[in-house]
Amino acid sequence: MKPQRDSAILDAGITVASGPILVFSLFLLAAGHNQPGGGFAGGLVAGVAVLLAWAGGGTELVRRIVPLRSSALMGAGLLVATLTALAPLVLGMGFLESGYVEVAVPAIGDVKLVSAVLFDIGVYLLVVGMSLGLVRALGESEPSEGEGST
Amino acid sequence: MSWLLPVLVAGPLLGAAITLVFGRRLMPQRITTLSIVAGTAAGALALLAHVDGEGMVTAQMGGWPAPLGITLVADRFSAIVLSVSALMLVAVLVYAMAQLGRDAIDWWFHTKYLTLTAGVTLSLLTGDLFNLFVGFEVMLVSSYVLLTVRSTQREIRSTMSYVVINLLASALFLVTIAFTYGISATMNLADLSVRLAEVDPAASRTLSLLMLVVFGIKAALFPLFMWLPDSYPTAPTPVTAIFAGLLTKVGVFVIIRTQTLLFPADEPSGLLLFVAGTTMTVGVLGAIAQNDVKRILSFHIVSQIGYMIMGLGLLSIAGLAAAVLYITHHIIVKTGLFLVAGVVEAEYGSGGLDRTGGLLHRRPVVAALFLPFALSLAGIPPFSGFVAKLALVQEGLALGQGAIVAVSLAVSVLTLFSMTKIWGATFWGEEKEASGRAGRPELATTGVVLALSLAVAATAGPLGELSLRAAADLMDPAVYVSAVLGGS
Repeated sequence: MKPQRDSAILDAGITVASGPILVFSLFLLAAGHNQPGGGFAGGLVAGVAVLLAWAGGGTELVRRIVPLRSSALMGAGLLVATLTALAPLVLGMGFLESGYVEVAVPAIGDVKLVSAVLFDIGVYLLVVGMSLGLVRALGESEPSEGEGST
Repeated sequence: MSWLLPVLVAGPLLGAAITLVFGRRLMPQRITTLSIVAGTAAGALALLAHVDGEGMVTAQMGGWPAPLGITLVADRFSAIVLSVSALMLVAVLVYAMAQLGRDAIDWWFHTKYLTLTAGVTLSLLTGDLFNLFVGFEVMLVSSYVLLTVRSTQREIRSTMSYVVINLLASALFLVTIAFTYGISATMNLADLSVRLAEVDPAASRTLSLLMLVVFGIKAALFPLFMWLPDSYPTAPTPVTAIFAGLLTKVGVFVIIRTQTLLFPADEPSGLLLFVAGTTMTVGVLGAIAQNDVKRILSFHIVSQIGYMIMGLGLLSIAGLAAAVLYITHHIIVKTGLFLVAGVVEAEYGSGGLDRTGGLLHRRPVVAALFLPFALSLAGIPPFSGFVAKLALVQEGLALGQGAIVAVSLAVSVLTLFSMTKIWGATFWGEEKEASGRAGRPELATTGVVLALSLAVAATAGPLGELSLRAAADLMDPAVYVSAVLGGS
């Protein structure tokens, strides 16, 4: 189902806005460790981009941009998140405990890599998958293969 | 052993992730779900053996020490309830797989079943009030989907009240959490137990009452039970069976946990006994008025909750032990009865008493499955219900609570009456036209549940002692507090 009116302004606006929105969502994802943000907020912002794509080109366009089942994306996210949560147990640490390494990257300086980021990436994927599923379930008159109740 | 606690919660979530990735491919989904749920049950039993032998197990999330980090706790009480629940989750899953395709159980079922499992284990194991809210929500959101997934008009309508009332209860739960935090500045249950002992008794009593209302809605206590008999019977049988067996009992579990740990008392509570008595009576009277197998059984869930609260209301070691025993017995019997109801529906296409009849002659095996469950529910010896009720009645008399004992005995008679109503209409009487035939796997799983229920009766001695030990821990909050906070 495509929204009824075609609008050149809308289409142009969406094209211009989508890129910065996605970059901002990635920024939120990375910033989340010590500042406001994180996988959930980042995922929701990316969900806005998905919604914009739907407003511009309907579910067809969304499917072209992200040719994945929403349940696969959600599953992958949940898988990454739970595995990150369980991994410290294998190493003899507490559930969900986070480890980090500091790496000196030329030209940028010291970068702290935290394993909790992996968890956030999982949450990010899960939330993006959810908004994808939402757009497909509500934005389509006929439920398509693999969607429905995921 | 403390690694096992987070694994019991995260394992089912990992399984849910895997089933999502597999999409509609059924076989890998089934293998994943069955192995994860069976593994959870094995883990729960191992945990029970460990906790009973060597004392409570705790785990700190993220390595943050209590009371700052979230604690997972297993004591004898939670390990018992978790073990029985996990065994029922396995049994119902096998039943659901046998029914696949017929009772609208399809590929979507597995992911929700696993998240439901995770919600149940988290609610039972958490030692943190806010985390308990999370556990409840995981459990409830899964249950909303499982109830509405067939999406017929009738189901959506009857699930509406379920969703609305549970959302309301969740909101009230959040308010209660805010109050609790405002008064005590902590969310850790063990820490709360210490701090609430020092606050104004009026504030502590208010919190106690608020928590009773919040969890009373989840547990379907009188007068907060109206959502239950309306919403449960419309779902597919395996869904109804697992909800009937587990969800309200998680509510009862949390009521017992919070009331004994946070608001310790050692003489019978008039309020709890009153609620127990009215819940029993109204539930059973509702059941008598129904004309559908599943609706009768749904009202009996409410009625039986009253017995568990009666055990809590006595607030003595023997009383709580009886409540623990009752929960154990009830989870198994109630799940089993709904599975039998599913078999009856499979035979006649409906559980309406006017559309069934003569099943005793056509399928004597179904009658043989129903009868012990029904007698056990009513508390007839030698079945498990008798053991649990006897313990309750003995302790009630010992504490001089004659009124509640009289009510509980009268309700038992009425329970028996409503069971004979099902028996008379469905198993006796003229043979009605059957529309289908329940398969062997369904009957076999129900048989296994029945065997478990008989095992509860046969091992009543050791089980009774185990629940006495569990109750002794419950009556002494210091045990829980020192296990979590470390010898304070």
